[in-house]
Amino acid sequence: MIVADKKPIEEIIEYLKDHKNILVLGCNECVTVCEAGGKKEVGVLASALRMYASKEGKEVKIDEMTLERQCDREYLDELRDSIDQYDAVVSLACGVGVQFTAEQYHDKPVYPGVNTCFMGATEERGLWTERCQGCGQCILATTGGICPVARCAKRLFNGPCGGSTTGRCEINTEVDCAWQLIVDRLKALDRLDEYEELCPLKDWSTDRAGGPRKVVREDVQQ
Amino acid sequence: MRLQYPTNVKIVRVPCTGKVDVIHIMRAFEKGADGVAVIGCLEGECHFNAGNLMARRRVEQAQKVLETVGVGGERAQMYNLSSSEGPLFAQYATAMTEKIKALGPNPIRTAKNKAA
Repeated sequence: MIVADKKPIEEIIEYLKDHKNILVLGCNECVTVCEAGGKKEVGVLASALRMYASKEGKEVKIDEMTLERQCDREYLDELRDSIDQYDAVVSLACGVGVQFTAEQYHDKPVYPGVNTCFMGATEERGLWTERCQGCGQCILATTGGICPVARCAKRLFNGPCGGSTTGRCEINTEVDCAWQLIVDRLKALDRLDEYEELCPLKDWSTDRAGGPRKVVREDVQQ
Repeated sequence: MRLQYPTNVKIVRVPCTGKVDVIHIMRAFEKGADGVAVIGCLEGECHFNAGNLMARRRVEQAQKVLETVGVGGERAQMYNLSSSEGPLFAQYATAMTEKIKALGPNPIRTAKNKAA
């Protein structure tokens, strides 16, 4: 899932200082799971903003709404009838949701309510770690299911660098060396001989280096 | 026991303090409460294992938000006691009331009254 973190309320207050009718818009997908932008967080942020406005003696209307997804026009259309009553939207979705909402409702300023961080997994409640960088050409089949693109600081493809010490990365002793993990995993799978095979040059044109990307699937298009 | 505790304390019963969420504390302040005390079982003695520990963290979260919006984080407090400790409850209720009295009324209510 896409992992996001809460934005400081002070920052959001600053964005909204000139607006009088505000919609705090949550998303029921990834940001709900990582407890940054779901219905609960929408409630807390809206309540905090209302309290701040009251304390400052400002008359501001702040409503709450949480959509199933903000990265889908079908769900964003649910706003169509009510959007006109607001002069700003704070979207607690990931960067995709914020942009898609803004694209859909051109004349409304849409502000981000979270900091979108990465694609990752929930290790435990309150701890999310990065697992994928969406490079567009998955090599997990040859690396024992551990990604050197996302988990090696240098994105190395043929074994660890000299900075790998006792299984840890030189950038931080709390970070596992991805290649140590790969070797351990290949050993467990009894496929260590695959480690000897050289990985050819990777085509980075499918990564961000090739500019914004798209996936076209004519077989499912209508 | 016929213990006395301040009459301005309104009790909201929950099955476990683990049920109390940040939004419940926030709503209380939004609606004009001067302070919120979450009183849970002793730490390590939660029937559901960690309800009171979660409540403590949520109170801390609420404190941060309340501080940011200018209401004052100390208006939300977490206390622990055993269910048989009536005198301690009365003591906490008194201590909380005195603390809040010293802080003055909820600034949101004051601002709303001024506007009206």
